Amino acid sequence: MRRPYGVLMPPTAPVETAPVETQPVEVDRPIDETVVEPQVPWVVIVWNDPINLMSYVVFVFQKLFGYNRDKATKLMLDVHQKGKAAVSHGTREKCEFDVARLHAHGLWATMQKER
Amino acid sequence: MAERDVLRTLPGQLRELLTGTDVAAEPDLRRLFPPAYPDDPEKAAEYDGMVRDDLMAGRLSAIEVMERTIDSDKLSEDELLAWLSAINDLRLVLGTRLDVPEDLSELDVRPGDLRAEGLALYAYLSIFEEDAVAALSRS
Repeated sequence: MRRPYGVLMPPTAPVETAPVETQPVEVDRPIDETVVEPQVPWVVIVWNDPINLMSYVVFVFQKLFGYNRDKATKLMLDVHQKGKAAVSHGTREKCEFDVARLHAHGLWATMQKER
Repeated sequence: MAERDVLRTLPGQLRELLTGTDVAAEPDLRRLFPPAYPDDPEKAAEYDGMVRDDLMAGRLSAIEVMERTIDSDKLSEDELLAWLSAINDLRLVLGTRLDVPEDLSELDVRPGDLRAEGLALYAYLSIFEEDAVAALSRS
């Protein structure tokens, strides 16, 4: 069941998280992937629009994601020149949180399953 | 000052638009409440249900701050952030209503064009916003 959460409150860690392998393991055969149930990764897309100012979009990317000016500018130019760009990835809950924050700042953001 | 008089009328108008109409039915508001899942109506409705109230409250709060400080000579960083939010929302509504292109110089606005006043306001708000972003980026 989806919990409601405030736009300004980050989600708590998802309850159904399986442990993630962090140490490389030497095996003769591939690690059995059914042992670790992967979370479906989602991606947040920001779409170009004719209204938002480039300087404003850079500012928002810095503010929301902590990027420095250079990285935020590159991302903004990606959106501007390619029509859209991926700005964050993660669980569905994390991505919904990012989308909500972007919407609060007037950006046109959507999310989809990462392919 | 004429500019401030124009600005003074805006927050109330935005509030009226946000609270007086059914957001889903008002095309000028579609940029303020865009769908998170454009291809999945069920997930989109779920997202809306979770987030709509907070999004609306945040916008109304920014409008309230702008109204309260409309005559201030100086704004704190938080107050300027609120102004930025309200002004950007105004640009989004106005820009949607006027169907503005990315490059305003593309527009051919003849005397008597009904869009002229709205476009002038839109251009003014854009300059204001550039200044606000520059000020916030320096801090």
